[in-house]
Amino acid sequence: MIPTRMIRHNRIDLAVHELRQGADDCTRTLLLLHGLGEQTPSEIPSWVDWPGAVVGLDFTGHGESTVPVGGGYTSEILVGDVDAFLQDYEEPVTILGRGLGGYVAMLAATAHPEQVRGAVIADGPGLAGGGIHPGSVALVSPALHTGGSPDPFALLELSRDVRPPGYVQRFVGFLQEESDLDTPLFVSTKVRPAWVEAVAGSPGVGQGSVAEGLVLFASVPDPA
Amino acid sequence: MIDPGGTTTEQAAAYEGAHRPWRRREVTSDGVRLAVSEWGEPDAPALLLAHGGFDFTGTFDVFAPMIAEDGWRVVSWDQRGHGDSARAHLYSWQADLRDAAAVIDSIGDRSMPFVGHSKGGNLVLHLANAMPHRISALVNIDGLPSHGVMSDVSEHEQAKWVRQELDDWLAHRRTLESKQRRPGTIDELAGRRGKMNPRLSPDWLRYLVTVGALESEDGWRWKIDPTMRMGGFGPWRPEWSLLQLPAIAVPVLGILGLELEVMGWGTRPSDIDPYLPPGGRIETVEGAGHFVHIEAPRTVADMTLEFLQ
Repeated sequence: MIPTRMIRHNRIDLAVHELRQGADDCTRTLLLLHGLGEQTPSEIPSWVDWPGAVVGLDFTGHGESTVPVGGGYTSEILVGDVDAFLQDYEEPVTILGRGLGGYVAMLAATAHPEQVRGAVIADGPGLAGGGIHPGSVALVSPALHTGGSPDPFALLELSRDVRPPGYVQRFVGFLQEESDLDTPLFVSTKVRPAWVEAVAGSPGVGQGSVAEGLVLFASVPDPA
Repeated sequence: MIDPGGTTTEQAAAYEGAHRPWRRREVTSDGVRLAVSEWGEPDAPALLLAHGGFDFTGTFDVFAPMIAEDGWRVVSWDQRGHGDSARAHLYSWQADLRDAAAVIDSIGDRSMPFVGHSKGGNLVLHLANAMPHRISALVNIDGLPSHGVMSDVSEHEQAKWVRQELDDWLAHRRTLESKQRRPGTIDELAGRRGKMNPRLSPDWLRYLVTVGALESEDGWRWKIDPTMRMGGFGPWRPEWSLLQLPAIAVPVLGILGLELEVMGWGTRPSDIDPYLPPGGRIETVEGAGHFVHIEAPRTVADMTLEFLQ
């Protein structure tokens, strides 16, 4: 069993899983953010090569975190989840986000340009979201079930979450301005929805494989 | 889910023309309990009435009876986290739309006029497109967002503002646990709301406290979920709402108070004109602001009733 602890974000308890403790105090922690409908994996994926500690956060309505009643998800709420983690953890981290988790990682890095030492955006569920414009209005309620995870409201609402390139570029611009890293973001996705293209085309964004992104960020210093 | 508790009719202070709902009931929307209020005879034709953000059905206690007196069954509901409805884990536009649909489903299966103020006007605008089979006419009372508060501001200033919004929003999220609204006397709560609604009379604001707040040992507190906050950060842009308007096939009436104020969108008739569907029209009220149905209830009720004839 991997150690799990709970942290609080308003009315939601969020599960934080310690996949590996750091053997070497000098190496920063890697935070894994799962994709839409996923949860923190039970072990470090074989394609993740990181020298230090590895932790995973289950988003609201996912994994072992609280499943809210009656939906109401936005990506911004999940940024609040990561904020709650970063406030609690206090130490600098590098983030590896899959799909939806990559989008959230980008916004969370902007909110914490010092504490987040690089974020890698990787392919995964929920990467595209709802496109760059609002779609036609649809009123769909997923069948209620017994409070299990992942929450069908999360799957529904976060797959329709609108991600305009101009919005994304503004946040990438903040990060570029405020981070002391030359390359605070790294895009490794094979799939390139418009918001990812907007990130990848911005100054200060690296591109390559997940492994290359992690090597880059493992080598950057912690904040002075 | 946390219940703010209910208000009985007896607690309401006297205010000329104000009538508490004739009937109150509950609807559950995907597990979230919503308080529904009705004015008018139960077998009269139904009309849906949606309140604005940080408001509640009690803000219709003068306007709704005027509509009911003309032969309508007026059905309104407290949005999640507002008034007597339950406080929810999460809040979003999509969730508010689903909640509204649950209330509409509870009224039967016939089409009916949708009337909404401010955020409620924006909600019914979206509902008109989401469930065209349920709407017979749309009345939008100053609920047509048309441009951002930042539209006249330089890109640099806009960027600073958005950056600040992100920080402020997250800072707010960090303070939410066990957050309570600030208690006070009826006059103090009325005074605080008066700062946001400077055009509303002190008597009306005091009345609102008695139907929209709860009294406990240390004073009155607004029932609204203390974790809610005006604004947030996100990609939403006001023009997304106006883009809902041209698709509407039923008769559309927009009502705008012409006095600009902080709570309003500052929308002018000329902002809406290009988006009006065929036959749609805009009426304006001089000398009234964003809460035009409260400042001039008779005028707005007459406009609405004449339009619905």
